[in-house]
Amino acid sequence: MQVLYFAWVRERIGVPREVVETSAETVADLVAELRDREERYDLAFSDMNAIRVALDQELSELSAPLVGVREIAFFPPMTGG
Amino acid sequence: MSVSVQAEDFDVGAELKVLSAGRTDIGAVVTFTGLVRDTAGGEGIAEMELEHYPGMTEKALAAIEAKANSRWQLQATRIIHRYGKLEPGAQIVLVAAASPHRGDAFEAAEFLMDFLKSRAPFWKKEGTADGGKWVDARDADEEALNRWS
Repeated sequence: MQVLYFAWVRERIGVPREVVETSAETVADLVAELRDREERYDLAFSDMNAIRVALDQELSELSAPLVGVREIAFFPPMTGG
Repeated sequence: MSVSVQAEDFDVGAELKVLSAGRTDIGAVVTFTGLVRDTAGGEGIAEMELEHYPGMTEKALAAIEAKANSRWQLQATRIIHRYGKLEPGAQIVLVAAASPHRGDAFEAAEFLMDFLKSRAPFWKKEGTADGGKWVDARDADEEALNRWS
């Protein structure tokens, strides 16, 4: 699965995108898996209230299933306009 | 309906001409232009950097535009949002809505901006004397969406 990071999430994790092999069933499971993996992920995802997620470029929820998802993105609340 | 996500600057007058070219049924065009301010929270800003999510940004803007068009009687809409490094005074965003009467055009333009603020995948980073600082989303922007629901 392609995993993308934006803004300070990208800065904390250190890469804009990466391919992650995972069998996580939901977004929350994937986050838990990444946090266990390395400290930089743990730091980036320490406050999930400050994280938004998009699945295949549509805003989604932490509880959403990952079945069939090709691209997942994590980012802070958006500040457009 | 037309959406552009671009690094380049835009010309509001030229965009207005395109919007109304060849038609005489438009009674009102409301445009909003957002600019980079030189201060935030009392601190000077040397530049503003806008990051976005290519692909999702275009889709999100098109969805917001379609929503406005289904809600109000609009004859044309235009959204331009810039990304990259911008200096104070630079134009960031243009929203335009054309309608037979001003009421729909005013409301649609405000609706478009309210949704752009917190539903379009852009992130602003202010360049200050101390380095860079990501702009926090404001609760007021989120609350602004509630009045449209």
